[in-house]
This record gives sequence, C-alpha cells and structure tokens, in this order.
Amino acid sequence: MSATPILQIEDLRISLPAGADRPYALEHLNLTVNAGEIVCLVGESGSGKSLAANAVMRLLPEPRVHVSAGRILLDGEDVCSRSEAEMRKLRGDRMAMIFQEPMTALNPQKTVGWQIDEVLRLHTDLDRKGRKARVLEILADVHIPDPASACNAYPHQISGGQRQRVMIAMALVMNPRLIIADEPTTALDVTTQKQILRLIKEMQAKHGTGILFITHDFGVVAEIADRIVVLRLGELVESGPADQILNRPQHPYTRALIAAVPALTPPPHKPLSDAPVVLRASNLRKSFAARGGLLSGRRNAVVAVKDLSFALRRGETLGVVGESGSGKTTVSRIVTRLLESDSGEVMIHDRDLIRASRADLRSLRKDIQMVFQDPMASLNPRKRVVDLIAQGPIVHGVPKAEAHARARELLELVELSPAAADRYPHEFSGGQRQRIGIARAIAMQPRVIVADEPVSALDVSVQAQVLRLLADLRDRLDLSLLFVTHDLRVAAQLCDRIIVMQKGEIVEAGPTAEVFAAPEHSYTQALLSSIPGRDWQPPQLSVA
Amino acid sequence: MSATDLDLTRPAASRAAVMWRRFRRNRAAVLGLVIFAAVALAALLAGVITPGDPLRLAGQPLTPPLTVAASPFGTDQLGRDILAGILHGARISLLIGVVATVISIAIGILIGAVAGYFGGWIDDVLMRITEAFQTIPSFVLLLTLVAIFGSSLTSIVIGIGVVSWTAPARMVRAEFMTLRQREFVDAARNLGVGNASIIFREILPNALPPVIVFASVVMATSILMESALAFLGLGDANFASWGNMIGQGRAVLREAAFCTVIPGVAILLTVLSFSLMGEGLNDALNPRQKK
Repeated sequence: MSATPILQIEDLRISLPAGADRPYALEHLNLTVNAGEIVCLVGESGSGKSLAANAVMRLLPEPRVHVSAGRILLDGEDVCSRSEAEMRKLRGDRMAMIFQEPMTALNPQKTVGWQIDEVLRLHTDLDRKGRKARVLEILADVHIPDPASACNAYPHQISGGQRQRVMIAMALVMNPRLIIADEPTTALDVTTQKQILRLIKEMQAKHGTGILFITHDFGVVAEIADRIVVLRLGELVESGPADQILNRPQHPYTRALIAAVPALTPPPHKPLSDAPVVLRASNLRKSFAARGGLLSGRRNAVVAVKDLSFALRRGETLGVVGESGSGKTTVSRIVTRLLESDSGEVMIHDRDLIRASRADLRSLRKDIQMVFQDPMASLNPRKRVVDLIAQGPIVHGVPKAEAHARARELLELVELSPAAADRYPHEFSGGQRQRIGIARAIAMQPRVIVADEPVSALDVSVQAQVLRLLADLRDRLDLSLLFVTHDLRVAAQLCDRIIVMQKGEIVEAGPTAEVFAAPEHSYTQALLSSIPGRDWQPPQLSVA
Repeated sequence: MSATDLDLTRPAASRAAVMWRRFRRNRAAVLGLVIFAAVALAALLAGVITPGDPLRLAGQPLTPPLTVAASPFGTDQLGRDILAGILHGARISLLIGVVATVISIAIGILIGAVAGYFGGWIDDVLMRITEAFQTIPSFVLLLTLVAIFGSSLTSIVIGIGVVSWTAPARMVRAEFMTLRQREFVDAARNLGVGNASIIFREILPNALPPVIVFASVVMATSILMESALAFLGLGDANFASWGNMIGQGRAVLREAAFCTVIPGVAILLTVLSFSLMGEGLNDALNPRQKK
C-alpha cells in the first residue's frame, strides 16, 4: 500500500494558448501525495497552482489550455490517457475536489441532500434508503448540527461554514483516495476557517485520504501541511517537509514569501495620549431597512451598527477588526458619509460630518479620504492615472495644471514611476493600483484616511509593501488612519490601537499589544486563537 | 522584488489600435464596414456622379436597366433616373439613420442614467413612462406622430427618434444600476464630485460600449421605419428617398419590378452593413462578452 503514492505528478507541463503572457502555465512540476498526507501547494496569484489541481481532475479548459508533457498518476495509473467517460467514473469516486467558494460550487436550486445523493446515485448501486442513510451519516461525520433538517435545506439557507462542510461531505461521501482542496477556507471567517481546517485534518486522519491543499496563506500552511511545494510563475521553486520549508527555507523566493508574512508582534506602543483628537465618532447607529415589495410589506430592519463611539488621535492608526457581518465596513462608510447614519455624530475638528450641509460636506471631505478594498473596482477604468489622482483637487478648485503637476509628484511619493501618469488602471498590477488609490487619497491632503481592507485583495509579498508604504506615509504626513480589516496579522502590523467588533458593537478596545497579549472578551479570545498558524513564528530571515 | 514599484508592463497599444484589431478579426464586420463606406461614398459623390435634381425628368419612362448609357439603372414611371435616386437617396437614408439614432440614444441615456443612478421613486416614475411608450407598437406610434405633425423630413426624423428611445433607456438603466455600486463611484463621491459629474463623467463612459453597439441596430431600424412610412405614402415627397422610390414603384411592380427591387437592395445592403458592423463593434468594445 505504501509503495505507490496516491498521486504522483511527473514532469507536468501545461500549455497556454498563444498570446498569453507565458507559453506554459506550469513546467517541470513534480509532486507526490502519499496516503494520509497533506501536501500544500503554495504560490501567489498567477503561479499556476489552481491549474495544477484542475489538470489532476482533468478539468482544464481544453483544448486552449492543455497538458503537453508529463504524467499524472493516480494510484499508479495514468490519468491523462483516460477517456472522458472513464474520467467521469473517477471523479467523485476516487478523487474529489473542494472549491473555494461553496456558495457558487453548490447548485442553488437543489437541496443539500439531493446534491450529496447525486454523487451516490452516480457511483453506487445503493437503493434510495441506503443512499439516504449514507447522506445522513456523512453529514453527521462533518459535524453538521441536525443532519436530517440540513438535508432538506437549500445552500442559501445555511451559513458559509456549513456550506463548506457540505462540500467536504460531498467530497468524502465515496471515501476517495485523493481530495484536492482549492483554497477551501479563503472565503471564510477566521473562526470558521479554524473549524474547517480542523475538520479536514480529522477526516483525513480517519480515512487515510491524501490531500492536495492549495493555498496562498502561510498561516494555513503552518496549520495543516505535512509537506509543502512552492510554486512561482509556473515553476517549482522549492519543496520539502513542512518544518524545513517554514523554518529553514532555502530558495530566495520562499524566503521572501515567508518574510512577508506579517508577524503577530504588534508595533511598540506610541505615546499618543496627548496628541489631539482628529476624529471623534459618538453614538453611531445604522440599520438597513429591507425594501419590501408592493404586496409583501416591510421586512424587519437589520441593525448593522449600534451605538458606536471611538476617537482617533493625530498620527494614530486605529484598527477596526471583526468577522464578516460585524459591521466594520458600515463603520468605514458612515464616517466618510458614503452611507447616511441613523443617528450619532462624527466630529472632525469641531465640525459634524453627519449633519453637514452639502457645501460644508464638500469641504469636509477634503479632511477625510478613503482607500478602498478592490483596487480594480475603485479606479475608473476609463481615466488616466494622472486624471484619477488630480480629480479631487480639481473638484475643490485647484487649477488643472497645478493639480496634474502635483499628481505626478505624488506618484513618486507612492513609489510609482512618473511614466505611470499617462497610463490607464488596467495596465497596472494589483499592488500598483492600490498605490494609485493611496496617491488619490493623499492628493487631497487629508487629516484622516479610512482604509477599508486595503490589502486583502493583494498577494502576501505585495501586501507587505503596501502596508509599509501606508505606515511610512502616515508618519511623514502626520496622518491618522482608520484601518478596517478582518486579518488580525495585518492589524498587528500596523495598528496602534484596535477595536474589536461583533454584531455591530465594540466588544473590546485598547492598545494592540495589550489586546493581543491579554484579550478580555471571549470573542476576542476566540478570534485570536483562530489565527491560522499562530504557534508558528515566522523565522527572522534576511532577504537577499 | 524591489521596494519601489517602478517596473511597468510594456506600454500597451493605443485604445483605438486595440479596438481596430479586435474589429478586424470579425470578417463579416469588415464586410459591413466596406458596404457602409460604399453607401457613404455614394451619398458624398451623388452630386458629382449624377448632378442636378434627382427628381427631374431624365429620359423615357420605364427604361429598363442597362439599356441606355445615360441611366444605367433605368428610369421609373415618371422618367426619373433610378441611379440618381439611389445616390441621392443614400444621403436621406444616412441622414435619417444618424439623426434619429442620436435623438433616441440621447433621450435613452438621459432617462436611463437618471433612473438607474438615483433609483427609488425617480426610477419608478421614469420606468412607468418608458413602459407606457413600450406598450404602443413603435410603428403605430410613429404613424400617429406623422399624422399629427405632418410628413416633413424634420418631423419624420424626430418622430423616429421619439419612438425608439425605450430600449436604449432600459439598457443604460441596467448598466447604471450595476456600475453605481462599483467602488470607483464611491471614490468619486468621497472626493466631493457632484451627482451630474458622476453620472456623465464617471459612469457614462463605462456604460457606453453596449449602447454604441445597440446604436447600430437603432440606425438600421430607423432607415427601415422611414422606408416603411414612405412605402405607405407618408414620406416627404420633396426628397428622393429609397422608401419613396419603393412606394411609387409599387404601382408598376408587375411590368417594371426593377423600380422597387433596386432601392430595395440598397436598403437591404445598408441595413445589413449596420448589423454586421454592430457585431464587430461588440467584439471590439466588449471583448469579455465573447470569451
């Protein structure tokens, strides 16, 4: 049994269509997954890690993207030479896949039970009763509360974590030899992520399945990997046992990646208690009234933020952390008045932003600027970079020539080439676009910058650069930052103080170092203990 | 990876060049462009090739085509030169196509943009008005308008514009409803940009591509509508339009079919060219749609 590994990829090469940015998506990939082993395939976006997974399942968008060399052996048998009909028998039966986004991977029109049942219908001769029993059994196995009722639920009726459990149940129901998990926890909150990772480990120990786990997150890697394979632009850079790669990486790229993982050590406490308060928010409330139809009547309003107060001092970074649905994004939209709040006030230098008239609001907007989450969506694709950056000042009456000249200076400040000025946003990478977004915000010479998840759409190495830039600009321009994030590692890097939000309320607030060292509220404790790989301290590496 | 992000991708080709390359890939679209160029050229050179009034007597009535050198396409029952009518008619057809399309797209953009951007009761009111227009068949409405305002070229053009704005309006509204949720709109609001500026300078350029594609369809249907009006005898008799020629040729359809066939083919080719170009424009402007 132990002689043949479950999955063996030998010298795999995947060709891309002519005109792509490189001829091969993957080259010379060698990889083995043994029984009862979790192999993590790590890489940044564009490294070809997802294509590798699809190649094993033979789900590549052929013929444009196809395997052009190498072998993929499942239990010693070549997958590449199988016919499509034979592949259908294999998929779901002997190998299964867990996708990133369970909401889109499950059919919204069918009940959960039906979808698991379908796998059994295709691959077994069990009768109705037998199948039903098996579905209930597997749902209980993945710890879904009340499997009988979950069976009849539609995907939208259960939570994200439970949907992912259903996906796992679907993958496991035939007891496959190999499971491929493509970023299965990326779309989930940290506490849910922890549960799912634990579940995957538990299932794997129970059934001796081999797992090929694809991820970009080194925290997750540290949590579950037995062995690690690092990919970069389609090439295998380094592979080896988890301990070796995580703590003694050899290749400069792996070293750079690991060095970019934010350590969980908060910055030294800055004496800020005597700095003047720049922004004071008090008693903010916001509820979303769902608009009823003509006949259905009004539905109950959902309270997103209740009674929130905080103060932001000059030069300070205040982190707002919480899971999805905690209301943290609503906070960022209220303090910039992109959303009208129900009550409360936001004072910026003794002027209330919430009740400001249109003209006052316009001048107040200069003081509080925003950096958005998605650097692609937040830049108008039809505008040149220089116009994007100069737009704000021009709206506020700065002559066009002067604003453009200043925009070009700002590009240098955010470490972009001045040649970038005349390009359009789509010509830039994600990190570069986020720099443009930052330049646009500081072009207004604000006192406060609200950053809503500014790095969560970026690769780790780029994330580190953008965070460094933000911190650097904050210190040089004496800015205050309101930093909204779900990522506690990122918060630990940058924030002087943090407030932890749950269900629209602040459950804990204080200096980052104190909150991290001794969390008082049970929710904060849960959050902190869920940070993937928290027991792994990234080694101090000198990056060549 | 350097700390400064100075490395940029290679400079992309200019927007127009990229669009032309995508357009060119669609052979049918290129054919459409060629036909359209021929029609435009005919309109431009009408005064040079067949000088003088196209409605004057040019020879024996009902001369068949290719018999007399002076009128290669023959003459109609009043002895008017058909070639001159086709060339001068191209001017009228293009004029009607372009002006009516501009009118309908302009109304459509205005209503669709306002409805889609503001939403709420403004959207409700504007959409009920749009639906009111949509419930009446557009050609019937056009007939009514022409019956009321007379069949001068101006009222026909405006009439066609007024009956065909509903589809572009709905299209623009749908685009605006998705685009207004994009973060760049929030970013502009956050800079203090006003509503009008956000609608027309931020969102509209992003909403335009499908509308431009649709404009080619509107242009084709405008030309058809004018022809249909003329066929029913409601065209502006002071101009040599293709529809007028078909309408008058109808009387002699049995003995001299060429009087209706030739302008009919002209309409067919022109409308076809717009449809083909529309498809090419779709490839050029919405490259993602086809992947």
